[in-house]
Amino acid sequence: MRANYGYADGSGEYYITIDTDLCDGCGDCVAACPNEILEIALDDYDDPKAAVKPEFAQSLGYVCPGYHAKCEKDSSNCHSSCRVDAIKHTW
Amino acid sequence: MITLGVDIGSLTGKAVILKNNKILAWDLVLTGPDSVETGTSVTNSTLQKAGLTLDDMDFVVSTGYGRIVIPFANKNISEISCHAKGANWFFPSVRSVLDMGGQDCKAIRCDENGKVTDFIMNDKCAAGAGRSMGIMADLVDVPLEQLGSMSLESKNGGVPISSTCVVFARSEVLRYMRQGVSKNEVLAGACAALTERVEGLLRRIGIQEDFVISGGIAKNVGVVSRLEKKFNLKANICYEPQIVGALGAAIFGRELLEKRTKKRDRSR
Repeated sequence: MRANYGYADGSGEYYITIDTDLCDGCGDCVAACPNEILEIALDDYDDPKAAVKPEFAQSLGYVCPGYHAKCEKDSSNCHSSCRVDAIKHTW
Repeated sequence: MITLGVDIGSLTGKAVILKNNKILAWDLVLTGPDSVETGTSVTNSTLQKAGLTLDDMDFVVSTGYGRIVIPFANKNISEISCHAKGANWFFPSVRSVLDMGGQDCKAIRCDENGKVTDFIMNDKCAAGAGRSMGIMADLVDVPLEQLGSMSLESKNGGVPISSTCVVFARSEVLRYMRQGVSKNEVLAGACAALTERVEGLLRRIGIQEDFVISGGIAKNVGVVSRLEKKFNLKANICYEPQIVGALGAAIFGRELLEKRTKKRDRSR
């Protein structure tokens, strides 16, 4: 399943997409995020998967600096740490 | 095998009792400030309709905003999975579900088993949800049930309501009313604005036939017919679109129970 976390508002689209068919719940992305917005949680089929922490879902544009906007240039980020390439950002 | 699904939404609480893939009974109540109380009261009234007690239930699954506090639930499952599952029960050929609830809106794509393959949810703001329709209905003093059909009687296609925010839209509507714009035109504008808001969600996940609308707004013909026109698709709506989530929860309960029984038999 492609889980889209986030929202679109007047300032732009802020979605983080996690492909749970690819994600194996290893948790490397959780450790890589500088702002600790990701977590490993059980999905509805009781499998551990990466997810955006629920408390950040409505403020993603503020708490996540964005992959294309900032983290792309960092040596380690949630995209580069993911071995199965399950995470995508819209900004 | 009898399972119970309880869906505690932002505006209403729903419960469905499922026996061997048949709906035995269902009920719907308005949500009070206390989710536990709402869950208990809707469960009790549903049990009463079926002539059963909570002890007769083999498995209870809760879903919706208040799902984590239901004390008698064996498991809680997110409403996204439950809506896909429930829609699949009513219409097995469903591939896209739009659930428009009281306070949020979800667009879901699912496979032939009712398993979610893609979802998007707007819960940041109630502008694209049922609550905004309730506010408009109160404002023009029309029962919520008539709002949709009245909006279709508009002659000029409705006034433009540009505000994304319901609070601002409210003042915009008030201004139109002071100018003497008819109720039908105002309601047509409100329905068109809401349609536009959810259109983005559906475009994002890519809408596919068959398409199902669930949740309270599925009862609003003004929004449903505008969505159908926009996507040039027919929307499937079951006889009670508000129980789809609770039904999905009850189906999950049955499937979990079956899985556990199989596991137990194998280990014997």
